[in-house]
Amino acid sequence: MGKLLEVKNLQTHFLTRGGVVRAVDGVSWDVEEGETVALVGESGCGKSVTALSIMRLVAPPAGRIVGGQVIFKGRDLLTLGEEEMRRVRGREIGMIFQEPMTSLNPVLTIGRQLTEGLEIHLGMSGDDAKRRAAELLGMVGIPDPARRLGQYPHQFSGGMRQRMMIAMALACDPALVLADEPTTALDVTIQAQILELMKDLARRLGVAMLIITHNLGVVARYADRVNVMYAGRIIERGTARELYGRPRHPYTLGLLRSVPRLDEPRRARLAPIEGQPPDLTRLPPGCAFAPRCAFVVERCGREAPPLAAVGDGDHVSACWESARLQREHEPAR
Amino acid sequence: MSPRAESAPAPAGHRAATGEVLLEVRDLVKHFTVGGGMFGGRAGTVRAVDGVSFTLRRGETLGLVGESGCGKTTTGRCILQLERPTSGQVMFEGRELGTLSDADLRSMRRRMQVIFQDPYASLNPRMTVGQILAEPLAVHGVVPDRQRRRERVRDLLSRVGLLPQHADRYPHQLSGGQRQRVGIARALAVEPSLIVCDEPVSALDVSIQAQIINLLEDLQSEFGLTYLFIAHDLAVVRHISDRVAVMYLGKMVEIADRRELYDSPLHPYTKALLAAVPIPDPVLEAQRVHSVLVGEVPSPLNPPSGCVFHPRCPIAIDRCRGEVPPLREVMPGHWAACLLA
Repeated sequence: MGKLLEVKNLQTHFLTRGGVVRAVDGVSWDVEEGETVALVGESGCGKSVTALSIMRLVAPPAGRIVGGQVIFKGRDLLTLGEEEMRRVRGREIGMIFQEPMTSLNPVLTIGRQLTEGLEIHLGMSGDDAKRRAAELLGMVGIPDPARRLGQYPHQFSGGMRQRMMIAMALACDPALVLADEPTTALDVTIQAQILELMKDLARRLGVAMLIITHNLGVVARYADRVNVMYAGRIIERGTARELYGRPRHPYTLGLLRSVPRLDEPRRARLAPIEGQPPDLTRLPPGCAFAPRCAFVVERCGREAPPLAAVGDGDHVSACWESARLQREHEPAR
Repeated sequence: MSPRAESAPAPAGHRAATGEVLLEVRDLVKHFTVGGGMFGGRAGTVRAVDGVSFTLRRGETLGLVGESGCGKTTTGRCILQLERPTSGQVMFEGRELGTLSDADLRSMRRRMQVIFQDPYASLNPRMTVGQILAEPLAVHGVVPDRQRRRERVRDLLSRVGLLPQHADRYPHQLSGGQRQRVGIARALAVEPSLIVCDEPVSALDVSIQAQIINLLEDLQSEFGLTYLFIAHDLAVVRHISDRVAVMYLGKMVEIADRRELYDSPLHPYTKALLAAVPIPDPVLEAQRVHSVLVGEVPSPLNPPSGCVFHPRCPIAIDRCRGEVPPLREVMPGHWAACLLA
């Protein structure tokens, strides 16, 4: 399969009172056609800013994309005119956000919000758009779609609104959907419904997905490949199986060990990652994770480790000590 | 009958509860009237908590789980008397809170504290951490002397893993995890016996959650604290709780020893909740059968007849539509509200 999206050395900075925040600090990754890729990390790691940068939705003047390329279907999105970019958003790349209520227009009917895109992007007539809108609502499992089209977002439950967002994202047959924490605001049984729906639709329609989340369980259920971010950089990448089965970065290992799991015997004590999340205005020289790292050596304070191959396939990790980590923590399974 | 602690098995784990009942909640009901306002909507009653009973022994942690709107937070607020229950009793340290005068209630409040989900919203942004911690010590007369108060604040900071210099910081100068530590220190300040923890880690980053959970466990064994731990994260609740109660639409549907509840759940809702939690392991996830619970939680304004879970229940029979299943002791110490359990 060919590469659908290729992000190369992307850098996005924010100007704050505390100084320049390098929210995205030179990240490179890609999505192949029909593939589901995850960007995982904790708040402030730069995963959402990465998605906003791809869509060129970083708010100026504070936020600025200062370098890199975003090659989508062979074109660099960062060099497109605003008019062309509008055609990419919503039509070629769909978007699903965490809180549907803030991204839906409260004074427009569900039907109007769906048909608008169809009319603008695909040039459909009003009647065709309406028919297609009802079809889309049916596809995402909203019962009685014809009646629902006349309703407003506040008449939908949280789960229904997220289904509606998925319908909007898929309306124009995009090649890629960006989903930023798509199930974080939902209850666990509704989360399960939405994940199954997204997975099923992605497979059926052959659409590629970029899922951005902090939830390691969601990623495990969902993604083919995973990028782990910390302090604006990707610190590990691999297939989901490689990365979960054989983590090669101390941060990934720490994340996986710190969460209590229902499939394992209860542990007497949790193993947290010590210390505080990094202050992006005052990052240490060298590796940003070094102050919290259990494997830290003297070199980590001076030199930031590059992503380097650590195992099968495309498994890469940015750690000087990944070989030691492997020796000491090769899991038994 | 209600699920009293006397009939429950002793909790497993290192924290042995002493057996003395610290808190008893009997048939707690909290209804809210809504609508009928300026837009002329029809007035209705939200049955937020609809007949909940349980006991909590000294030194024990009871986990209270359920999805949004199930009534778990309202239950906690009624226990703390932040909401006046519509009916039912809350017995705490042998006294019925509903009958206390305001002055008695105020002094009782010292004995039960709360830790909120969002420490940022519950800490005064204009006060330093030192002032935030000194305030309850002064108000409740715990440490009347100003100099001694300063020492006590320093002591509290170190107990929750903060440094003396944090006393001079403002909440916005702290990270989320540090702010939650301040929230915990504030609850500890007045030497309570019960702490209601309402989603204390769900707003925190994954790497910080474990730090806070370990801290809560350490403080419990150090001070003999009793926790009512309200949360939606079933894995976190299993880790920290001795017993676990599951709520759905204002009702308690199951309560049991932690091990019993997770290893052999009886209620179909508990089973569905456990099955819905994604496991952070792609190999296991690929093997799991994802039988997804259909539908959504009905409105508590107009709950279903009979068993409130029956419209979504995969095993419901005709009787479930008409009959409200009582919470009954299906196995020793394991209570479930299901006709088929």
